[in-house]
Amino acid sequence: MKVGIPSEVEQQELRVAATPKTVLRLIKQGFEVYIQKGAGIRANYSDAAFIESGASILGTAEELYKTSDVILKVLAPSEAEIDLMHEGTVTLSYLWPAQNPALLEKLAAKKVNAIAMDAIPRISRAQKMDVLSSMANIAGYRSVIESANYFGRFLNGQITAAGKVDPAKVLVIGAGVAGLAAIGTANSLGAIVRAFDTRKEVAEQIQSMGAKFLTVEIEEDGATASGYSKEMSQAFIDAEMALFKEQAADVDIIITTAQIPGRDAPKLILADHVAVMKPGSVIVDLAASSGGNCVLTKNNEVYTTDNGVTIVGKLSQLPSQASQLYGNNLCHLLDDMGKAEGFNINMEDDVVKRAMVTFNGAINWPPEPLPVSPPKPKAVEKVVDPNAAKKAAKSKAASLFLSLAGIGAFLFLLGLVAPSDFMGHFTVFVLAVFVGWQVIWNVSHSLHTPLMAVTNAISGIIIIGGLLQTTNDISDPITIIAFAAILVASINIVGGFLVTHRMLKMFRK
Amino acid sequence: MISSQIQTAAYLFAAILFILSLGGLSSQESAKRGVLFGIIGMAIAILSTILGEGVAGQAYIIVAIAIASLIGIIVARKVEMTSMPQLVAILHSFVGLAAVLVGFGSYLDPETALLEGSAHTIHLVEVVIGVFIGAVTFTGSIIAWGKLEGKIMSKPLVYKGRHAVNIILVLISIYLGVLFAGAPGVEGLIYLAIIAGIASFIGIMLVMAIGGADMPVVVSMLNSYSGWAAAAAGFMLGNDLLIVTGALVGSSGAILSIIMCDAMNRSFISVIFGGFGSGPTGEAKEMEGEVTSATHEEVAEMLKEAESVIIVPGYGMAVAKAQYPVHDLVDLLQKEGKTVCFGIHPVAGRLPGHMNVLLAEANVPYDIVFEMEEVNADLPKTDVVMVIGANDIVNPGAEDDESSAIYGMPVIQVWNAKKVIVMKRSMAAGYAGVENPLFYKDNADMLYGDAKESVDKINAFLR
Repeated sequence: MKVGIPSEVEQQELRVAATPKTVLRLIKQGFEVYIQKGAGIRANYSDAAFIESGASILGTAEELYKTSDVILKVLAPSEAEIDLMHEGTVTLSYLWPAQNPALLEKLAAKKVNAIAMDAIPRISRAQKMDVLSSMANIAGYRSVIESANYFGRFLNGQITAAGKVDPAKVLVIGAGVAGLAAIGTANSLGAIVRAFDTRKEVAEQIQSMGAKFLTVEIEEDGATASGYSKEMSQAFIDAEMALFKEQAADVDIIITTAQIPGRDAPKLILADHVAVMKPGSVIVDLAASSGGNCVLTKNNEVYTTDNGVTIVGKLSQLPSQASQLYGNNLCHLLDDMGKAEGFNINMEDDVVKRAMVTFNGAINWPPEPLPVSPPKPKAVEKVVDPNAAKKAAKSKAASLFLSLAGIGAFLFLLGLVAPSDFMGHFTVFVLAVFVGWQVIWNVSHSLHTPLMAVTNAISGIIIIGGLLQTTNDISDPITIIAFAAILVASINIVGGFLVTHRMLKMFRK
Repeated sequence: MISSQIQTAAYLFAAILFILSLGGLSSQESAKRGVLFGIIGMAIAILSTILGEGVAGQAYIIVAIAIASLIGIIVARKVEMTSMPQLVAILHSFVGLAAVLVGFGSYLDPETALLEGSAHTIHLVEVVIGVFIGAVTFTGSIIAWGKLEGKIMSKPLVYKGRHAVNIILVLISIYLGVLFAGAPGVEGLIYLAIIAGIASFIGIMLVMAIGGADMPVVVSMLNSYSGWAAAAAGFMLGNDLLIVTGALVGSSGAILSIIMCDAMNRSFISVIFGGFGSGPTGEAKEMEGEVTSATHEEVAEMLKEAESVIIVPGYGMAVAKAQYPVHDLVDLLQKEGKTVCFGIHPVAGRLPGHMNVLLAEANVPYDIVFEMEEVNADLPKTDVVMVIGANDIVNPGAEDDESSAIYGMPVIQVWNAKKVIVMKRSMAAGYAGVENPLFYKDNADMLYGDAKESVDKINAFLR
């Protein structure tokens, strides 16, 4: 199987679908890897590095498309590129099938088997191939770095000789992968982070990343079966807007990440929100390409409003890192499809049948819906009855009293029949049990095995029984029995102590 | 010859030393001193007995002790730390056997016939109880040894109505005991022999019904029995030192059993009567997700990237004798500046504290070995957890699946860590026969194969 990685035709696209590291993995999976000359330059990967990893370099795109069975790309292929492909070529790239019906038809007509990496279903098993997640992670990280760049102060609070610096306050809207990555990054830079999401279930995730979860006082959950949020009711939106207004006046940086697949991004930050923000504040809009969460966002532009708020609608892609993660996602998918030797397109497979948008000339879109995580069962609240605890305490006291009475009666009866000799021994016995009980609870858990060995040794004290029974006459059955008893008991004593000693010697700090 | 008063004083001193000996085990530092106290106490007890009045046949005594010491030394030096449970079990059986022998000896002692009235009856009752407990301990320990050694199948042998059979056998023994106590002189010997036989059978059936993973409880329980057997012998001989020591050992074993049962969330009764109780109470939960496996190289990569690693060993590590490569692994990781520690579940292994001893044998410092509660708090902050040959003790079903047979048992919450590597020979269910949802978690990867070989391979990649 030959895998080819062409240069991205779109000059703005800095990423490449393979890096020297992922090439190594592909070769390990059994693929032959061909790379178009200069494909990795914009992501800082030289041809020499690819050759070192074992890839072959081809001069032109024509050659590459002719040679390869599987094409790894970042952006959707252009018409010119599709023309270069042959029948049966498998392509892995972004396709945005919902927005690009014409492209699907073109691919189907050419009988190209195209996998849309952006259509990988969001199920647990496919997480390792989920390019949207891995790219969102980068975007989330970058959004904080970018905002720090335009923000005129420290993010963390400091107390210096020159005076006290307050930490910056960051509001993250939308706690998907990008949002959580942004929360984590901002938190680690020392900012005070708050986050908002319509889905109540993410509150825990937000808190785990170190942010405060903001919510509105209206009972409505934005979670859906697809794993994305749904649009909310008017009452909810009003409350949300009021919250954002209050926050906008307070925070220094707003990062918005709310996107609904196949639709324009919801408008969350309105002009009057921006108007109340302090001069020098920054808004980073990760949804800029789909219209922006902020009404004032300009796609692919960074500008400052009249009241001094910088709105960032353009982010660097971190091409080296992004290529690495994207390439890894592709490797995982190829691995799942059977590597080079067992490579097959299994249309029964949950992942492949949804991502393979054109197959053998037919368009396979849209796929059947797939529920992601089953709704969590509501936790049943335990009703604590204050009387129950009292009752339990009472019945406990009663049973203690009863058992004490029982013990007392037993001892009294014993005293009636038993000879005084026995009562003396019995006293010793009971007191010894209590002493043992107190002493043993203090034994460290890690020394339980030595404890058993040492109790083994000292229970060899039964040797005394044998010692007392021995007579001078070895033919006497009592002596024979006693001899045997002494023998086994001594093995216990010697063996037990020695092995305990051996074990304890091994414990060291 | 020393007077009986001095002998009593010596016994009292020995008893104090035994208590201090057990008390010394509360920490590693004082434990060695504790053993020394135990040895001194034992020497004082034996010497004061031999030098006391009415002891004859010293030559035979010395011969017996010499032979036994030789055997004891050889056994204690040769035994491997992985087979500690077997050694402990067989030593229990010796105490049981000694108690039976002392019981018979005490009955045959001519002084027995001289006793009259209630003193005679009480003495015979003491003999019966001593012999009974001793015989149960003796055969039970031998079966436990066989199961631990793998000579007897570790699956519990259960049949319908075994509780009824056991109860009937105990009732028969009590009836025979009454006949025995009523028999004049030493004519009751035959009854005593039959009682010993029945008790031996009960001991066998009791332990046969208990499965391999419940062995920590069984061994602790037999430890306790051996103590009670010694105490019973003390009553027949009217010897306070035996009574005190027996009571100490008996309560020690009982406490260990309670600790083990708590750690498995099982009642003591259900363990000693064998089997896994009534089994699951409802439909088992469907497993969601997929089992992912990793290669040794990938695991090595994960470890290289991790900053904190917790290792959770189980019986599988003992079986594969993987403690030495595990120690090498710890050294390699610590050299890289990573935090490594161990999390030990109370019932990991086949003996209370078994894992601690194995790790100590491989020179793992004990201050990086922690108990379950201690590591559970740290797990959410941990990068990688390596589960080596453990299954049920890391089963999340014990916390959230009410239908699980082990529901309610406290477990090490390894799934809270960022990444879990489960080293196991196969996907087979653990001892409890319960599916482990841990393997299906997204952050868990399986690494199949023998624990020792696997750890060796990982070490090779890390070097």
